[in-house]
Amino acid sequence: MLQIILGAVMLGLLWSIMTIGVYITFRILAFADLTVEGSIAMGAAIAAHAIYSGFNPYTATLLALVGGMLAGLATGLLHTRLKIPALLSGILTMIALYSVNLRILGKANLSLLRMDTVYTAFKNMGLDRIVAFDKLGISQVIPIITLGLACVLAITVILYWFFGTETGCALRATGDNPQMSRAQGINTDNMIILGLIISNGLVAVSGALIAQQQNFADVQMGIGSIVIGLASVIIGEVLFGRNSFFSRLISLVLGAITYRVIIALVLEMGMSANDLKLFTAITVAIALALPVLKSYLRPIAKSIKGGM
Amino acid sequence: MLAVKGIYKTFNMGTVNEKVALRDINLTLKKGDFVTLIGGNGSGKSTLLNCIAGLHPVDKGSIIIDNADVTKLSEHRRAGLLGRVFQDPMVGTAANMGIEENLALAYRRGQRRTLKWGINQQERKIYKEMLKPLGLGLEDRLSTKVGLLSGGQRQALTLLMATLRKPKLLLLDEHTAALDPKTAAKVLELSDKFINESNLTTLMVTHNMRDAIKYGNRLVMMHDGYILLDIEGETKQQLTVEDLLQRFGKASGEQFASGRALLS
Repeated sequence: MLQIILGAVMLGLLWSIMTIGVYITFRILAFADLTVEGSIAMGAAIAAHAIYSGFNPYTATLLALVGGMLAGLATGLLHTRLKIPALLSGILTMIALYSVNLRILGKANLSLLRMDTVYTAFKNMGLDRIVAFDKLGISQVIPIITLGLACVLAITVILYWFFGTETGCALRATGDNPQMSRAQGINTDNMIILGLIISNGLVAVSGALIAQQQNFADVQMGIGSIVIGLASVIIGEVLFGRNSFFSRLISLVLGAITYRVIIALVLEMGMSANDLKLFTAITVAIALALPVLKSYLRPIAKSIKGGM
Repeated sequence: MLAVKGIYKTFNMGTVNEKVALRDINLTLKKGDFVTLIGGNGSGKSTLLNCIAGLHPVDKGSIIIDNADVTKLSEHRRAGLLGRVFQDPMVGTAANMGIEENLALAYRRGQRRTLKWGINQQERKIYKEMLKPLGLGLEDRLSTKVGLLSGGQRQALTLLMATLRKPKLLLLDEHTAALDPKTAAKVLELSDKFINESNLTTLMVTHNMRDAIKYGNRLVMMHDGYILLDIEGETKQQLTVEDLLQRFGKASGEQFASGRALLS
C-alpha cells in the first residue's frame, strides 16, 4: 500500500508542475488554454531526444522549457495579434505540435532506458541503497520524489515572488478585468502572451520530468492532460482552500497529488485503466458543476427538512 | 489641454447597420475646464469619450492631449495621460484583487512595470491617507477584495484610482448612472471635490440635465453625432432645465417633449 501511495505522490509531484501551468492560464488569465496537451508532449519529446542525442539531462530539461515557452508564444500571438478566439488558438497550436513532436521524436515513441536522466544523480547519492527503503520497495521512488519536491518548491517560490511584482500584478489584473487593466495603462495583449509563455514552459518541464521518470517519451502522452490539470486545480481548491496566493499554489500541488492518489486507489480497487479518462472527465464535470448542483439541491434539502 | 479636431466615427461602415456616431466634432478644453457633456441615447457622447480614451480608432481628424497627438496611440499607451471612471462600477476595478492592489495598479499608470514589488509599505501609508476622506472606512480594509465592496464603494475607489496620479484629463462616463440616487449624489459630490481640489481638466458625460447644469464651468450638448450647444461662463451659471430644453428645441428643430424624453 505504501508503495502505491508513494508512487502516486511521485507522479502527483511531477504533474503538479503542469497543474501550476494550467492554473496560470485557467484561473489567473481566465484563458482556457488547450496548448498544454501539445506542450506537455513537446517537453517530453525535446527532453527525450536531447538526452538520446547525448545532452546532459538538465540541459535537456531546460531545452524542453524553452520549447514549451515557444508553444505558449505561438498561441499568444494567434490570439492577440490575429484575434483568433482563445479556445481555437490553443487547439491550433496543440494540433500543430502533434506533427512537430513527431518530427522531434522521429517516431511515435522514444525509449530512454539505460540513459542518464535528471534522477540519476539523486539515485547515485545512495538514496536507493538505504536498506529500509529497499525493504519497503520504494527505493526507486524516493530519488524522484526528492527531485520533484525540490523543483516544485523552487517553482512555487519563484512564482510567488513573480506574481507579487509590478509585472505579476499587471498579469493578474489582466485576467481579472482586462478593460480596467488597459485603462491603467497595462498592455493586456502582452500580459496574455507572457502568461501563456510561463504556463506552457512549466507544462513542458513537467512533460520532460515525466518522460525521464517513465523512461520514454510518447507523442500521445498529452491526450487528456488538460482535464487532468483542471481536475487537480479544482480538487486543490475544494479540499485545501484558496485564501492567500501562497496557500493556493500549495493547494495546487496537493490537488495534483490527491488526484494521483485517487486514481491509484480506484485502479487498485479494480477499475480498468481504459476507463480512466472517462472517470476523470466525470469527476471534473461534477466539480465544475458543484455551484449549480448546490443551488438545485438546496431547495430540495429545505423542503425535505420542512416536511419533517 | 484637450483638442479634438474634426473627428468622424462611423460604426459598421458599408453595411446595412452603418451608424454614423460622430460628425465633424471639434472641442477644445482649456486647463482646468470642467465640461459636462449631455445628450440623449445615441447622441454620440459616449462614443466621443471612448474615442478620446482610445477604445475606438477615429475615421478622420485628430485628438491632442496635453500637446501630444494621441490619435494613433492604443488605449493602454494613452492611459498615462487619462483618468477614467466608467458607468458600470464593476468595470473600473479588479474584483479579485485587494483595495491596495487596485490602488497600486493605478499608481503605476503610465509607468513601466518592472520586477520590483507591486506594492510597498510607503505606498500603503499614502493609500490609507487618501482613502480616509472618502468616509467609507476603506482605509482599515486595505487587503479586502474589491469584489466584496458595494457598487458605490467601488465607484468611489475607481474615482480615487483615476485621480491618484493627477491625470491630464479626467473622463467620467455616466459614472453615477448605475447607482441608487443617494449614492449617486454622494459620488458626484466627491467627484466635484476631487476635481476642484486638484484643478483637474474634466469631461463628464451625464444623462441628467440637473447634474449637467449644477456641475462644471461649461456645458456641451450633443445630438445625432453633432455638438449642438456649447454654453459656458455666466450663461452656464444661470442656466435652468427649461432654458436648456428651449435651446435644445431651437437648435435641433425638434419638440421639447421629445427632448425631455431623450434627456430625462
